[in-house]
Amino acid sequence: MTAAHNPREAFLPARDQDKTPVMECKELGIDFGGLTAVDDFNMTIGATEIAGLIGPNGAGKTTIFNLLTKVYQPSRGSIYLNGQDTKGMNTIKACQAGITRTFQNIRLFREMTVLENVLIGLHNETNYSLSQAILRLPTYWRTERAMRERGMELLSIFDMQDVAKHKAGSLPYGSQRRLEIVRALATDPSLLLLDEPAAGMNPSETSDLMENIRKIRDTFQIAIMLIEHDMNLVMGICEGIAVLNYGRVIAKGNPEEIRNDPLVIEAYLGKQEG
Amino acid sequence: MLFFSQLINGLQLGSIYALVALGYSMVYGIITLLNFAHGDVIMVGGYIALLVITSGVNPALAVLFSIVGCVILAVVIEKMAYKPLRSAPRISLLITAIGVSMLLQNLAQFFFTANARPFPTGAILPTSNIALFGGLQISVIALVTILVSVVSMLILTFLVHKTKVGKAMRAVSEDGGAAQLMGINVNNTISFTFAVGAALAGIGAILYCCRYPLVSPTMGSLLGLKAFVAAVLGGIGSIPGAMAGGFAIGLAEVLVTALGLSTWADGVVFAVLIIVLLLKPTGFMGRSIMEKV
Amino acid sequence: MKRIRIPLSASYVINLALMAAVLVFGNLIMSSGMVGRAQRSVILLVGIYMILAVSLNVATGYLGQLPLGHAGFMAVGGYAGAIFWKSGLLQQGPLMLVAGLLAAGLVAALFGVAIGIPALRLRGDYLAIITLGFGEIIRVAIINLPSITGGTPGLKNIPKYSTFVVVYACVMLSCIVIHMVMKSRHGRAILSIRENEIAAESCGINTTYYKVMAFALSAFFAGIAGALYAGNQGILVPSGFDFMMSINILVMVVLGGMGSMVGSLIAAAILTSLPLALQGFSDYRMILYSLLLIIVMVFKPSGLMGTYDFSMRRILGKVGTRILYGHKDEGGIAP
Repeated sequence: MTAAHNPREAFLPARDQDKTPVMECKELGIDFGGLTAVDDFNMTIGATEIAGLIGPNGAGKTTIFNLLTKVYQPSRGSIYLNGQDTKGMNTIKACQAGITRTFQNIRLFREMTVLENVLIGLHNETNYSLSQAILRLPTYWRTERAMRERGMELLSIFDMQDVAKHKAGSLPYGSQRRLEIVRALATDPSLLLLDEPAAGMNPSETSDLMENIRKIRDTFQIAIMLIEHDMNLVMGICEGIAVLNYGRVIAKGNPEEIRNDPLVIEAYLGKQEG
Repeated sequence: MLFFSQLINGLQLGSIYALVALGYSMVYGIITLLNFAHGDVIMVGGYIALLVITSGVNPALAVLFSIVGCVILAVVIEKMAYKPLRSAPRISLLITAIGVSMLLQNLAQFFFTANARPFPTGAILPTSNIALFGGLQISVIALVTILVSVVSMLILTFLVHKTKVGKAMRAVSEDGGAAQLMGINVNNTISFTFAVGAALAGIGAILYCCRYPLVSPTMGSLLGLKAFVAAVLGGIGSIPGAMAGGFAIGLAEVLVTALGLSTWADGVVFAVLIIVLLLKPTGFMGRSIMEKV
Repeated sequence: MKRIRIPLSASYVINLALMAAVLVFGNLIMSSGMVGRAQRSVILLVGIYMILAVSLNVATGYLGQLPLGHAGFMAVGGYAGAIFWKSGLLQQGPLMLVAGLLAAGLVAALFGVAIGIPALRLRGDYLAIITLGFGEIIRVAIINLPSITGGTPGLKNIPKYSTFVVVYACVMLSCIVIHMVMKSRHGRAILSIRENEIAAESCGINTTYYKVMAFALSAFFAGIAGALYAGNQGILVPSGFDFMMSINILVMVVLGGMGSMVGSLIAAAILTSLPLALQGFSDYRMILYSLLLIIVMVFKPSGLMGTYDFSMRRILGKVGTRILYGHKDEGGIAP
């Protein structure tokens, strides 16, 4: 039985050893009033790693995501994105620094079209001023065309180009989840956070999702971190996994190590009697 | 002497604001609605009292009829205009409340014309003064107003914290869904909340008419707005907050008028509102609500 | 399936031509003597309220907030424009007219920014109240600064610049500019805030910036409407810019459909002209008005036209497909 890594230790996939890790959390913690939701959270993710964050409900996984995307400011510890300290950043700056996410309860712009949702993701990738828009100067036309082309390109990677003009809210559930991912990718992130991407999916959809996640990593050469309860998905594609319980990391390692770790088993199944 | 009379003045006005503010606070606390129509329910209460008195019936009944009338009106409004929109977007609910407010004002204008009618204060309370220590005097009306207001708050606090129905009100404010699962009749609790708020408003209406003895269709709107500011100041959803806010606004308004800036008085009230909203939107005693991401 | 797709440039030309036609023919009709004085007044007032409704729609329908102080921006613009026109800085004439309108819009926009920055930190009901408060403060300030504004009796002898052509040219300009903004990345950002502010932030949209921008845009055109109002009446009184005025405009936007520019235009036209046309029913009018508001909210909260966005291209495309190919245009969603 292989031992899991020390929860405070960093380990990266071999191919990412030479590059700056996309994310490093050092002794990250947050308290809400008297309650410590997360404490002593250490994690390093390589530049093209697929990492997993698992743990029982209420362990603090979404809180970690909210800390990474600066929805909450940490009470202690630090977060580095591509080597840059994110202290004091807000969500908008965090996005510009290269981190983006999908949400547990899908947050799409429901009344806007599929393509428009992606165009929002591309908002900061392009620039033309208000007056250029009002006067419809050539920059407007040029930029809009480029944005739409890029948007359709992204949609076609996920085979969604045919629904580009449909209202986002009218899509079936699985497509809505895919759209959220496309929109996130449009922001050109270095680290993509997926919050329970397989929720509500059957095994065949889950296996499509696994392929898609790998494809995203390979095509865009970015790192991906996911929160997930579906162990097949996690064990199937994650290279590094951190296990959270009561706001602390109890184990860290590759799928093999985590699968066999007694602390992890106890956290999910309870202590074995006798 | 002048200071004392102005102080009493401010407390008297503040008591009225407090009574009205309580209604706003309670309704907001339970269904998160700014009941724009609340001030106009007061106006209706004023007219009912006026009608009762001028019809020659015993004036004491005027108070009773006014309160009952306000309660019935508020419950009817809740059932017909607000309940159907309970799951609608907040903007729709706010706009409906505005619509109800307009409707009440226009109906009053239709039946009673826009002209203000004098209110026979003397029929309800003596207009004389009582002598206090050291040569100070206080009008009976002012004394009654302040006392009634404080007693009402005490009764309300008792109601909310020590009775079963009060507990139901608090439960529905916290989590309507959970309250329902616990067997609380949410609809009745909400109607009851409106009723209590309206009863207080009815009392406030009489006391207001005693102080400003003119009844007109628009009397409720500015009163309502200022009482609303008082509720926000004290922390909307908080009973002691509504009282504190009411007194604060009343005193502020009297102070500004005493300084000779009466035309600015309304503006000052709103300026206070804005400052409070910017610095501490939950008011002195309110609680914050965070959106779950 | 074959469809007619009208190129964007063609639709621009068609729209502009139609607008010009309306201005020319409308002006002819107005000056021909066929239109009575009362009707003329209503027609001009309709135009002014159209601008007010369309501008408020930017902050309510597109941004998704509920500002209740729109009359304040109208007042600020009205007084700014009127004071400018009376100032004698320029000779009375077309240049002065345009300069005054611009001044009105810019001053109002400045107020929009000044009020927007603190107010837009708040959500929903709180934003509604704080904007209401600001609107009232503006009104009280106007009353209490008689040396500038003429106080309660009002600002008199304002040059009457508001002719049919001027008013309706402004209506069209407002619609065009707002349309151009909304169909750009800036407009999309504003819509995304309405749809899901948290998601917009996570996509890197600077929500504060865009909220204030929407507010300023809304205020700018409200200011222009205010100046046109001043140039129509010849006199401005502070009591005309109270909470009820803000509510009247809001009702137009809500009934027309929040998020539908066409809805705002139609509702403004109907709600402004109807009361005056129904003079005989004037006693019941306001009661019916309020009842209508409540009924629409209870039964069709999205308003009469919902979020319908008028598109000449789409309509002509559908008509063209039917005529030329003999079948319905099923394939397209939006051109």
